[in-house]
Amino acid sequence: MTTAIAQATAAIPTKRGTWLTLWLRFRRKKAALVGLVLIVLQIAIAILAPVVAPYDPNTGDYPAAWQGPSAKHWLGADDLGRDVLSRLIFGARISIAVGILSQLSVVVIGLPIGAVAGLLGGWVDYAVMRVIEILAALPTILLYILLMVALGPGFLNIIIAMSLTGWLGIARLVRGQVLSLKQTDYVRAARAMGGDTRHIIATHIVRNTLSPVLVTITLGVPGAIFAEAGLSFLGLGIRPPDPSWGQMIGLYQQYIQSAWHLTVFPAIVLAITMLAWHLVGDGLREALDPTIRV
Amino acid sequence: MPEPLLQTVDLTKSFPVRRGFFGQKRLRLVAVDRVNLSIAEGETLGIVGESGCGKSTLGLTMMQLYDPTSGQVRFEGRDLVGMEPMELRRTRRRMQMVFQDPYASLDPRLTVEQILLEPLNIHSIGTHAERLTEARRLLDIVGLPSDSLIRFPSEFSGGQQQRIGIARALTLRPKLLICDEPVSALDVSVQAQILNLLRDLQKEFGLTYVFISHNIAVTGFMSRRIGVMYLGKLMEIAPSSAIVNEPRHPYTRALISAVPEPEANLQQKKRKLTGDVPSPINRPRGCAFHPRCPLRQELGQPEICSQVEPEMKELGADHAVACHFA
Amino acid sequence: MGRYIVSRLTGLIAVLLAASFITFALMKMVPGGPFDAWALQNAQMIPEELVEMMEKKHGYDKPFFEQYLIFLKNAIRFDFGNSLYSSGRSVNEIIAQHWPYTIQLGLLTLAFSSVVGLALGIGAAMKQGSFIDHFGTGLTLLFQAMPGFVFAVLMQYILSVKLHWVPTGGWEGPKYWIMPVLANSLGPILILQRYTRSAVADVIRSDYVRTARAKGMSERRVTLIHVFKNALTPVVTVAGPMTAGLITGSFFIERIFRVPGLGWYFGSAISNRDHILIMASTVMYTAILSVTYLITDLVYALIDPRVAYVKER
Repeated sequence: MTTAIAQATAAIPTKRGTWLTLWLRFRRKKAALVGLVLIVLQIAIAILAPVVAPYDPNTGDYPAAWQGPSAKHWLGADDLGRDVLSRLIFGARISIAVGILSQLSVVVIGLPIGAVAGLLGGWVDYAVMRVIEILAALPTILLYILLMVALGPGFLNIIIAMSLTGWLGIARLVRGQVLSLKQTDYVRAARAMGGDTRHIIATHIVRNTLSPVLVTITLGVPGAIFAEAGLSFLGLGIRPPDPSWGQMIGLYQQYIQSAWHLTVFPAIVLAITMLAWHLVGDGLREALDPTIRV
Repeated sequence: MPEPLLQTVDLTKSFPVRRGFFGQKRLRLVAVDRVNLSIAEGETLGIVGESGCGKSTLGLTMMQLYDPTSGQVRFEGRDLVGMEPMELRRTRRRMQMVFQDPYASLDPRLTVEQILLEPLNIHSIGTHAERLTEARRLLDIVGLPSDSLIRFPSEFSGGQQQRIGIARALTLRPKLLICDEPVSALDVSVQAQILNLLRDLQKEFGLTYVFISHNIAVTGFMSRRIGVMYLGKLMEIAPSSAIVNEPRHPYTRALISAVPEPEANLQQKKRKLTGDVPSPINRPRGCAFHPRCPLRQELGQPEICSQVEPEMKELGADHAVACHFA
Repeated sequence: MGRYIVSRLTGLIAVLLAASFITFALMKMVPGGPFDAWALQNAQMIPEELVEMMEKKHGYDKPFFEQYLIFLKNAIRFDFGNSLYSSGRSVNEIIAQHWPYTIQLGLLTLAFSSVVGLALGIGAAMKQGSFIDHFGTGLTLLFQAMPGFVFAVLMQYILSVKLHWVPTGGWEGPKYWIMPVLANSLGPILILQRYTRSAVADVIRSDYVRTARAKGMSERRVTLIHVFKNALTPVVTVAGPMTAGLITGSFFIERIFRVPGLGWYFGSAISNRDHILIMASTVMYTAILSVTYLITDLVYALIDPRVAYVKER
């Protein structure tokens, strides 16, 4: 898939005008637009969480504990009486933060590695590629679980775990791009001027690989959100009292018969989020592919 | 005699080619085979040959953009091959390159200003203001307006893009400029402009050129001396007038006779070469040209042509030929 | 071809080594001693001297690499030691006890998703533009993004809590199988439907031209047989990796529906920080997956030798 993205985005904007074209194409897919609107809405809610949430997510209203949806607590309250709606809203913060931050750090790690491997070639490239191949063969879920068990739960550790496993894709993508960029005359010219590897990466590589990288990480965000949800579900991710959708599902799943609202609402919210991101991702992919008529 | 600015000694560049999927054999594509050249300061040496003869590779290898497989490249008397990286970096400032495809030689995502200033940035020369002044100066030299600075390469025509490339090459005040087919990708009318620009620049800044091209007429116009390459070997090297008017090597003769001339005598005998150019992976034994050589045909297929590689023979008056019978 | 096999085998060994090493190293990193779990379970503090004695006995005082090598040596002989949490039951015992449930779930899922996935795919391809086609595509779109465990939870709520059609969990009889199998089949059905649809659609398109002459029933039978043959190809393609995934079990599904399989046990091992079990499961899991991929690739290479050539370069 990464090579398909790289190819599709080879035609990506150089001039300012073509970003506009991309947007127009993207806009034509209604499903993608719906997804985009949902995401923007979600980000807005997350940012404005303290303002939007009716209650403080960590304060318990004990008399209301375990109650289902009511006028006072629209989505009910959990075992400590905390408002579910508010906790979901603050949970959105976690999900989005994990999604975006993890992808950013994946780029920070993966781009230089891929670029250096591609530029230097030889045994450096060989070694890096073998390492990537071996690590890529290990099942990601397992790696996440192992890392989280070793590191312990927590937001920062999740980011670390995702960065350590997620850089592979970006590195491979960038390396591929670099291999073809190496043959361009302008990179040759830069070397002829005396430019060293660091300069070439900073001046030419980053600029020219930005587009496929951007697309890849956009498509990577939903995966990160899902992973955090799964890890928190297993008790390895975000620790209570901080709210996380996956965590809530995991904690209260056993009470589904008596307190369904504690499981079902987080599940619905998670499902909608993932759907929205996937619609956007698909829309983006199709908008970029020059062979598809939009 | 003053020391040559650039000198190649038995310069060779070959590439490994993996043959088949299970074959252990590693063939080599010999692009440049023991080429010896000497370029004096201020002169223009032309290199001509058909596509695939290795002339571009020669240029890139001279620039150390390819590592030579063997041989030396002596710039200002010092061998660039195996030179210490820091020193090589400093030396690079004095030799620059102009590329064939003007658009491909400019990073499409950089503005002209960034392109021109890249060399200065690499070597940390000057303050930002000084660099800007320099950029404007360079644009002026190549005849482009100052407002080009904020534009992107795609907004210019081919000829203008090549001017930008030339301007960039001049940023570091080099002494040597290797021009790899600098006008081949341009329209004929624009070619003349760029060639004249190059000549003017040479006069004004005392530049030395290596001018690589497949077009003999153009090369003859630009160069004082011309070297003719075939399948990676230098076949003949002589002053331009000698190459054009009295070519001694059979290959050169065929090349010259193929040049269309407007006032041509319609009965001019064209020496046609038969057959295709052999692959550089499978170069003929002995003289690289012998399978297609008309002279060899005339002489009744002498053995020596297919057995022994001819050495460069001095024919006097700065004229050398690699042929057993020239 | 031989070189291809050798290189893949080398790769496999490298992957297994890496997996075992990473697992081992990470588990060693976990804060707290290996006996904390036992202490927690028994609500007791263990005296220092006892801890030291036990550490010596289990070899925990040896240098890191030595411990790793011992681990490797044992692992190759399928001896993973005893679980820390379940009062010393050996890992192999645990696996023997719980794996069958997972395998049963896996097989049922395979059967169910094959039938449904193929049916939807074939139906969609043969009646393009019809209800089935749109239904299939719509399903895909809707559920493709949905995480498996979210679907499982929602289904549990709707089918079990709200509608009381099936019990919420356990594995005591066929009634209990319905939801876990359904939930587990979501992913496979989507994949199979997609692959089958395109494979069959290709065939249909080519055969239609020829059978357009409508020569009679026998032609249709040939078409149908053709269709099925081609519909099976994608199944074979994805069967390998899918089976591997199913055999190893989904921690999420098993936990949600309280299926006492290996996945569920692995999940609790994680919660209990039972290092030994985690290490064993991880290595085993990776091994099964890698070997399955290898076999699939080799089968492919046999069918289509070009694959081996491409990999060579």
